[in-house]
Amino acid sequence: MSTAAIVMMVVAMAVIWGGLALAIASLLHHGAVEERAEDPRRDL
Amino acid sequence: MSTPAGQAAQPDQERRRGGFSSRRVFILAAIGSAVGLGNIWRFPYVAYENGGGAFLLPYLVALLTAGIPFLLLDYAIGHRHRGSAPLSFARLRRGTEGLGWWQVGICFVIAVYYAAVIAWALRYTFFSLDEAWGADPEGFFFGEFLQAGDVRVTADVVPGVLWPLALVWLAVLVIMALGVQRGIGVTSLVVIPVLVLAFAALVVQALLLPGAGAGLDALFAPEWSALTSASVWAAAFGQIFFSLSVGFGIMITYASYVGRREDMVGSGLVVGFSNSGFELLAGIGVFAALGFMAQANGVPVDEVASGGIGLAFIAFPAIISEAPAGALLGVLFFGALVIAGITSLISVIEVVISAVRDKLDTGRLTATLAVGVPAAVLSLVLFSTTSGIYVLDVVDHFVNQYGILVVALVSMLVVAWALRALPVLGAHLNVHGRPRVGTGWRLLTSVVAPAGLAVVLVLALRDDLAAPYEDYPAWLLLVLGWALVVALPLIGFLLARLPWRAGTHLDGPPPGSDPAEPLHAPDPAPHTRHQDDGGPR
Repeated sequence: MSTAAIVMMVVAMAVIWGGLALAIASLLHHGAVEERAEDPRRDL
Repeated sequence: MSTPAGQAAQPDQERRRGGFSSRRVFILAAIGSAVGLGNIWRFPYVAYENGGGAFLLPYLVALLTAGIPFLLLDYAIGHRHRGSAPLSFARLRRGTEGLGWWQVGICFVIAVYYAAVIAWALRYTFFSLDEAWGADPEGFFFGEFLQAGDVRVTADVVPGVLWPLALVWLAVLVIMALGVQRGIGVTSLVVIPVLVLAFAALVVQALLLPGAGAGLDALFAPEWSALTSASVWAAAFGQIFFSLSVGFGIMITYASYVGRREDMVGSGLVVGFSNSGFELLAGIGVFAALGFMAQANGVPVDEVASGGIGLAFIAFPAIISEAPAGALLGVLFFGALVIAGITSLISVIEVVISAVRDKLDTGRLTATLAVGVPAAVLSLVLFSTTSGIYVLDVVDHFVNQYGILVVALVSMLVVAWALRALPVLGAHLNVHGRPRVGTGWRLLTSVVAPAGLAVVLVLALRDDLAAPYEDYPAWLLLVLGWALVVALPLIGFLLARLPWRAGTHLDGPPPGSDPAEPLHAPDPAPHTRHQDDGGPR
């Protein structure tokens, strides 16, 4: 494989799969924050 | 107009619709819908043909500026109005119900022919075990398997296609009859991880083949000059639209089955990136295998590179015949096609079933049979014959180019500019969604995404007017192509004139659907309740 092809493949993986990982992490984090903020039982 | 009694009955009606039991199930179902045959056999070749590694740039731009914003628009419409596509549009504004039925019509047509391709893949999963195609995969596919003759519509049945097609429809009808959670949800929960694992195994096997590097080089080597071509950008927008299942009712329907407090923006980002992530995986696997084939035949990769049916049923069998452990490669590849196809097919047919249920207030089983049996019969009659491949090719081309694209464009323009509903839909997404959507999302949804779609549409129209598609006879293109895409909106707006069942709430979102309501309020969303989900009434 040429260097340019390797670079583009790595960039594609980093952006798309990295974006997916960030999206999942954000969703899980936000879900957890919402749950803590809105579940009254947590204040008991 | 709804009556007070109708409003009181609304939460009960909504519970009867069924729903996904959790956000995870919804996300897997939405990924299952988005990840289809196009991810595996369309994306790799489109990327290769349009600049290789450089295609990544317009592809990502299209994903972030059009695909995901449009996905969120669909989610907002379905999640806020809690109905099938026709009901959601009717609740948005009565006069736009026809748009929903237009989308339903497109889904019905897609379901009818999509099942045939899954049936082919099912047969080829077993053909892989003994390489039934022999030394001539192309001759085997068109000759022995499909028995395709001259281009004409015939009633000569091909038993080798008939019975796997019947099996596919039987499986789909059982899944659909089981309901939203027990059918679609559980199927997605089980088969999506299997699909990812199977394809990952295929990629590993393909990467270990000699010549894989040359294939990846062909796919990823950037041709930067391609970025100045309008057709390359149109190809990127087209790929994103076709791949994400946006604009023709699927995501509206699925979003209506999600609990009202779920984060639809975060879910949309996960679905959008998962779809692209799978496409990237497919590109690596497919081109690694094509690199092997090129090396084995002593030719450059561009002589073996192909997409669509040619890639799946001609190029891949040739690869399987030459690769070590080819049977395993074949089972993984065609098995992945079957799984990806089934999860997409059930989402397409659910658009129709959901619409029938909402309009006629029928039970799950009744609606499944009312929709699924005619669809299956049509599918068997049209696509298990010796002319099935031609009919499929023409219908697929026209429904994709002028069905999905046009209804998506019209829907987006109507919602954004005629109804000016984006602010209220954005506010709905922001109640529990993160990141928040604002002016940028409204701009992308009202200007950038429609502009991208319009360019794709104009370029496709230019090509089809310049020369008959694939040199098919004019009568075939007229009847199964142009006439079909013109008939669908007409039928859609006629169906919109039929009355809704008594008590259906049609003025805006139904009572109890506000996601800002406190947690202790009864959640009408069928989050964990599925009394009617699958039960005949």
